[in-house]
Amino acid sequence: MMPDLGKYAEAVLSSYAVSIVLLVVLVWLSVWRATRVRKQLEDIESKVKRDG
Amino acid sequence: MIALLIRDLRLAMRAGGGFGLGLAFFLIVVTLVPFGVGPQSDLLARIAAGILWLGALLACLLSLDRILALDWEDGSLDLLATAPLPMEAIVSIKALAHWLTTGLPLVLFAPVFGLLMNLPEAGYKPLVLSLLLGTPALSVIGTFGAALTVGLKRGGLLLSLLVLPLYVPTLIFGAEMARRGVEGLDITTPMLMLAGITCGTIALLPFASAAVLRVNLR
Amino acid sequence: MNLNALWAYANPKKFIQATDRVLPWISILAVLSLVVGLVWGFFFTPEDYRQGSTVKIIYLHVPSALMAINAWLMMLVTSLVWIVRRHHVSALAARAAAPVGAVMTLIALATGAIWGQPMWGTWWAWDPRLTSFLILFLFYLGYIALWEAIEDDDTAADLTSILCLVGSVFALLSRYAVNFWNQGLHQGASLSLDKEENVADVFYYPLLVCIAGFVLLFIALVFLRTQTEIRARRMRALLARERMG
Repeated sequence: MMPDLGKYAEAVLSSYAVSIVLLVVLVWLSVWRATRVRKQLEDIESKVKRDG
Repeated sequence: MIALLIRDLRLAMRAGGGFGLGLAFFLIVVTLVPFGVGPQSDLLARIAAGILWLGALLACLLSLDRILALDWEDGSLDLLATAPLPMEAIVSIKALAHWLTTGLPLVLFAPVFGLLMNLPEAGYKPLVLSLLLGTPALSVIGTFGAALTVGLKRGGLLLSLLVLPLYVPTLIFGAEMARRGVEGLDITTPMLMLAGITCGTIALLPFASAAVLRVNLR
Repeated sequence: MNLNALWAYANPKKFIQATDRVLPWISILAVLSLVVGLVWGFFFTPEDYRQGSTVKIIYLHVPSALMAINAWLMMLVTSLVWIVRRHHVSALAARAAAPVGAVMTLIALATGAIWGQPMWGTWWAWDPRLTSFLILFLFYLGYIALWEAIEDDDTAADLTSILCLVGSVFALLSRYAVNFWNQGLHQGASLSLDKEENVADVFYYPLLVCIAGFVLLFIALVFLRTQTEIRARRMRALLARERMG
């Protein structure tokens, strides 16, 4: 299945790896922070409603 | 307006202000470079123009936070803001004072440092001219950076991160002009570009600095 | 669509509602087109007769470079909207886009360096395009750092949007200065509407799919991150009110 990359295999594979890792980290950080902030906000909002 | 300029200049002269400091820093850079790259005079001659420009840029950067921070701390900036002077004028005066205390001495002493760096004879005039044309832009851009970071506690490092990318065009054209001068090439194009950048920043950037300062004083 | 209707989404609540509705679709589309484009490009395109298999790097390099510039343009537009109309969502969208743009710049730089090694024989050349991207990266860093450094939200929005405006002018200047300073190894534009012969069709279509994927990914990330910023700001406001009350 793997295409024959010839002598440049290292360059092609490493650039794909670097890019995909960077993209995954970016997406993961964004999603992680989004869920965390969403949850915190819900906690605070429910608390505010209960108190007030 | 002139009173403000004189006040700023006097403050800089007194109490170990930036006046001699920039020059001393410049001297240190010029002294350290040969230690870093070796004492071969032909190598030094080749990189002299670039090193002198870099030194000027760093010396300028070093004294930026003094432009507004002291006035901010003792509250005189708030007083100035309520004065009948428009903020744009205040910012321009501040930049001018900064240039007179750091930029101008560098320009005047650049030939001496050029001597230390073994600068070829043909290079002196273009070098001094490029510094004369370029350093005002450095001061004006620096004032913008200082206005951005004036309210911050640890503004120093951030200031350099913000200002240095803005210095890129000035540095490129200034150093290119000096380099071409050393090699005896035509310096007209970079000179015109450098002068254009300086005029443009002097004309436009004070508006941005003033807007930023107003936000910070709010 | 009526342009005026667009301003309705400047209301944070409406923005969250609307983006919540479209976000799943955009994300699915983004992942789909990225997977299709990259798999197509990686497995099913021939080698270039000169560049060999390194031509496959184009599917990452060109889209990320495009998005690096477009992200800054988007920040410029949203900063202007904040300055003129003072919609908070706009300022927060600029803040949300900056790290995405910075990562895109980093990808473009990294793939460029890896590509340059076999092609030009060096990891890094002070080529005008590479240099401009490095400078662009510095601009992103400064912009993000300024957002992080200022505590008051409105002050931060004001200062960063002015920095974005001034920075855009200087970034453009640097681009021309760098061009003037050094002639490059880089090839000219590899993509343009009228000159498709620059890149052969076999490479062109998967490349388009990849670009679409990067654009969609960017939109999805910006929507998500803007939502996060809105929520974070609301949280700070609620906490502050609680402490006061």
